[in-house]
Amino acid sequence: MTTISKTSNVPAPRSAPEGTPLLEVRDLHVEFHTRDGVAKAVNGVSYSVNAGETLAVLGESGSGKSVTAQAIMGILDMPPGKIPHGEILFQGQDLLKLPAEDFRKIRGQKIAMIFQDALSSLNPVHTVGAQLGEMFRVHRGMSKKDATAKAVELMDRVKIPAAKARVGDYPHQFSGGMRQRIMIAMAMALEPDLIIADEPTTALDVTVQAQVMDLLAELQREMNMGLILITHDLGVVADVADKIAVMYGGRIVENAPVHEIYKRPAHPYTRGLLDSIPRLDQKGQELYAIKGLPPNLLNIPSGCAFNPRCPKAQDICRTDVPVLHQVTERDGSELPGRGSACHFWKEQIHG
Amino acid sequence: MAEPTGNAPEREPILQVRNLVKHFPLTQGILFKKQVGAVKAVDGISFDLYRGETLGIVGESGCGKSTVAKLLMNLERATAGEVFYKGQDITKLSGRALKTVRRNIQMVFQDPYTSLNPRMTVGDIIGEPFEIHPEVAPKGDRRRKVQELLDVVGLNPEYINRYPHQFSGGQRQRIGIARGLALNPEIIICDEPVSALDVSVQAQVINLMGKLQDEFDLSYVFIAHDLSIVRHISDRVGVMYLGKMAEIGSDAEIYEHPTHPYTQALLSAVPVPDPEVREARERIILTGDVPSPANPPSGCRFRTRCWKAEEKCATEEPLLAIPTRFKSVNTPAAHESACHFAEEKAVLAV
Repeated sequence: MTTISKTSNVPAPRSAPEGTPLLEVRDLHVEFHTRDGVAKAVNGVSYSVNAGETLAVLGESGSGKSVTAQAIMGILDMPPGKIPHGEILFQGQDLLKLPAEDFRKIRGQKIAMIFQDALSSLNPVHTVGAQLGEMFRVHRGMSKKDATAKAVELMDRVKIPAAKARVGDYPHQFSGGMRQRIMIAMAMALEPDLIIADEPTTALDVTVQAQVMDLLAELQREMNMGLILITHDLGVVADVADKIAVMYGGRIVENAPVHEIYKRPAHPYTRGLLDSIPRLDQKGQELYAIKGLPPNLLNIPSGCAFNPRCPKAQDICRTDVPVLHQVTERDGSELPGRGSACHFWKEQIHG
Repeated sequence: MAEPTGNAPEREPILQVRNLVKHFPLTQGILFKKQVGAVKAVDGISFDLYRGETLGIVGESGCGKSTVAKLLMNLERATAGEVFYKGQDITKLSGRALKTVRRNIQMVFQDPYTSLNPRMTVGDIIGEPFEIHPEVAPKGDRRRKVQELLDVVGLNPEYINRYPHQFSGGQRQRIGIARGLALNPEIIICDEPVSALDVSVQAQVINLMGKLQDEFDLSYVFIAHDLSIVRHISDRVGVMYLGKMAEIGSDAEIYEHPTHPYTQALLSAVPVPDPEVREARERIILTGDVPSPANPPSGCRFRTRCWKAEEKCATEEPLLAIPTRFKSVNTPAAHESACHFAEEKAVLAV
């Protein structure tokens, strides 16, 4: 049956554990060497996630948000991919320097990933029970029978009705929402400390989207996991994230806690994104559109990557790459967790 | 229903859809196929489209909205029902008569990556409609026409010899729109035209479509699952569920005064890009998935997921009509809704 609930239970940011964050990405660069030249997909990205915290990485296609995630998971195709600089510190340990064998022990057990398209990420010729159970057999050395029992338990946990009867079904026998639940179950299987969800609800209908996001938030709360949510949907982000990193052209252009960014964005790109969503009170008017196209990664514009599309671009934007400035209040007091990579962030936020 | 739907009786409808049905047969056996059932993709839909307006159709995947689009073009043969274009039933047409009608009804597809032939230049793609309808543009004039069209949709006319892969998603969708415009149609059916595009590019394409509508006096049937975009562009909105129209009315009626529980649930599930509004509003979360259209629930099709469902809903199918309780009152809630227990419920925090 249907539940009607007041939504106020957006997980509050828990007190950060003392010491190091769960995951810290420092100045990460990723390039792809192609026939046409070097595509710079990620150009110096830094972010961190604590246990129990949700970081949303927001960006258009080609902004480098998924490539960053793939680098963290160690599933980047190398070659053609290459990581010339950067560190990915997971619980203080640099994943990039880890031997492949040790990395494999972390992947799946400590860091897990949920992919966008559940139908193509599940193997069509194996039952979902076998695929869920594989996690336990490979990582925990369980017997087939125990693994299947665990799989049923997991399917129950992600609220798949009649889990016991359906454990022997194949992925195509499930609906889109149920398939995404299986993906979530698979990621949760070994109770990882960090989950990376790459557009987990993009392929789903709005009504199912709400169910899946709620489930994800609930499990996260229960297990106090860190969550990196990669998405292009500003609406989904508003719902679940604690903090947001907006990416453009392989860089983070703005960092902010979720409530702040919607109230007063400090970067013209974020402003443009927020304005280009149809609003109910502006019906009939022309929608605000960011002119032009996202940059070609083979040939990123000099200076600020956003300058050809920016309404406020000046000469300095075409020559100097803006660093991620600490955003302050008008009187100079620091706004915690806020940064903007714009030469004119002051005008943007206070103007 | 014989009387036209909607609230603009003074205008003449350009397209009238009456009890449109499409069942896809389910067969068993290889050599001797016998029909064992049918997927009831569209099961009795009626609506009108007026000149110069945009009718939005929303619904979850599998509700039959794309099948409706194909039926309107007669790309799929309807199982029953009629589609009248200027008084002519196009579901019965074939051959030359159908070709003439199709000149006036064009389509823009969802995926700009697969709906353009990768081996044809942009000029050939946009010019292809002229090959089929040579009376629109004489041969020598076509190149100029295509360049004009490129200009109209905001692309550089010099791109005429390029191939689709040389363009970005938004530009490709512009090419698709230019192709739709080539024959000066009266109606354009847009099946999820912006859902494959990035947010910043979506707005550009939506603005372009609005501009073209004013310029060429087009009528749009705009099919999408994104409710905020549909609201932005539509004059009237129809909500579909499992092959049936659940509710239809003007955009303000549907979005501000929805009376069908499905519409209410759908609206309340829309992610709002503002955390404060989001926390303040009530959310209705439907459980479960859409039932299979091969075996839809008896009575009201939404009853299996509805929180208001009673016995009556299982036995009696609610008809799409103005609810009797609102009939005599002059309220925005008085629009057609297929629910026994239709009542207003504000779900959008404006």
